[in-house]
Amino acid sequence: MSAAAPGSGPAPGERALRAALFRYVLRLGDTSLVLGQRLGEWIGHAPALEEDLALANLALDLIGQARLLLTYAGEIEAEGRDEDALAYLRDAPEFLNLTLAEQPNGDFAHTIVRQWLLDAWQLEVYEALSASADTRLAAIAAKAQKETRYHYRFSSGWLIRLGDGTAESRGRTQQALDSLWRFTEELFSADEVDERVIAAGIAPAPGPAAERWRQQTDRDLRAATLPRPSAQPHPWYGKRGVHTEHLGHLLAEMQHLQRTYPGVHW
Amino acid sequence: MYTQALDSHGREPVPAEEAAAAAARFQARIDAEEKIEPKDWMPEAYRQTLIRQISQHAHSEIVGMLPEGNWITRAPTLRRKAVLIAKVQDEGGHGMYLYSAAETLGIERAQMFTQLLSGAAKYSSIFNYPTLTWADVGAIGWLVDGAAIMNQIPICRCSYGPYARAMVRICKEESFHQRQGFEIMLTLARGSAAQRAMAQDALDRWWWPSIMMFGPPDADSRHSAQSMRWKIKRFSNDELRQKFIDVTVPQAQFLELAIPDPLLRWDEALQHFAIGPIDWNEFQAVLKGNGPCNRERLEARRAAYEAGAWVREAAAAHAARQAARGAEVSAA
Repeated sequence: MSAAAPGSGPAPGERALRAALFRYVLRLGDTSLVLGQRLGEWIGHAPALEEDLALANLALDLIGQARLLLTYAGEIEAEGRDEDALAYLRDAPEFLNLTLAEQPNGDFAHTIVRQWLLDAWQLEVYEALSASADTRLAAIAAKAQKETRYHYRFSSGWLIRLGDGTAESRGRTQQALDSLWRFTEELFSADEVDERVIAAGIAPAPGPAAERWRQQTDRDLRAATLPRPSAQPHPWYGKRGVHTEHLGHLLAEMQHLQRTYPGVHW
Repeated sequence: MYTQALDSHGREPVPAEEAAAAAARFQARIDAEEKIEPKDWMPEAYRQTLIRQISQHAHSEIVGMLPEGNWITRAPTLRRKAVLIAKVQDEGGHGMYLYSAAETLGIERAQMFTQLLSGAAKYSSIFNYPTLTWADVGAIGWLVDGAAIMNQIPICRCSYGPYARAMVRICKEESFHQRQGFEIMLTLARGSAAQRAMAQDALDRWWWPSIMMFGPPDADSRHSAQSMRWKIKRFSNDELRQKFIDVTVPQAQFLELAIPDPLLRWDEALQHFAIGPIDWNEFQAVLKGNGPCNRERLEARRAAYEAGAWVREAAAAHAARQAARGAEVSAA
């Protein structure tokens, strides 16, 4: 973004774009943070040692993405909030993560389905953003895209193994798909925040990305021998701050030290 | 994270009569500081001692993921969260190398895991203590990893090649963890009154268990002598314990935290810190399964293993189906 002329405030159009960009970057950062926090719950409790290591790896990458994105969001906002102020001192309605990310881990099938859906989404978003007119966002996206390719290989590999595994694994995976599918409508539905950053050449138009996401998830579902659930209306808009009940609990746990001992250095 | 000197749980090594000459040649190789490799001849007792020690070490890493993992979701900053995730992941990685090192001695990981879950195999007692506050994450890094390094650096020169090589990498990562832990303690010790109290409380609770990590006193350590002859062990429990105390007391002084031992003093004649008596009854109680968290730790491992059974079965079923499809394709 171009800087405002010295001695005057930013023009109204610029202010509105800045506000939209702030929210757009928060959506990305909060989604990574909340998903990373969820994966952190698994560490030490996964079905095999290799999966413990892999889930920790994913969590680490996602927390890393969140740090870059929230730091940038704080700079765009320019009110002195750093990554930790944004992560630890906002309440649920101010979080703008996709609703899917905050859904509980459930069994391994739920975790894998949630991960796979979001990995496939992040792949599209980060790929497009790595060519963003916003160079800072483009750099973050280019790094995140490399990580996401690995995440996607892990989650799609497990989706296929579980779908094409035993009767039990297939049943559990189908149940996870049926339960989580309703949150996918939100992934590519653009609102006024998206439209403003799209118009500025910062974010990609959602149509082509949504189509590629649909084709990719279709291929994976076929390999997993699982039927695609039918489209469902979405009552949740996490990215607008309207969340399920789960987010408040996640934040209560995550933010507990910062809330109990305000204003100290850790 | 750490191998504890659980010397009292091994079998007395008795080389078979017919292997006496081989045993002598074996000992000569050890004395010449040659590394023993998986395909080399070795006395059965050497093999069994190493399987026991390496698998206990691996189990300690895996169980050790739990007390610190307990704070991943509550780490107070994103940087601390990332560092803690990486640390716990390193411990899982250490467990993996160590299980692999033990497998070179002719035991499967699954078998070792069964021994852990049934309670037949031991792991370091230190992980049977709870992590009650954030400062415990600092204290574990500083004290528990600090003690682990004292124990493990000599194992980098262990006579068994795969174990020695695994330890080189593990020690590098452990010393990184130790510095991170100390840095958490330093931040808390220089922080608010509440943070300082949190740090002191953690030191109060972790000091003695850390001192006990070096195992029973030399006089009660029945199998140390044989392990020393085999160069699996290079220093006695008490020697390592003293080294740890001498290094750690000045660090506590730097933090301006009080070590919970009224008898702690500098012994000018010996040029060492002298400590008060260690409560070995507590050590024995924890070892026998009666520590604060023995039950929780094993239950957590069992629950993860049982809840993961269907996942492992699915992976195996899918792999078998893929293999069959591959065979069909190549037959066609």
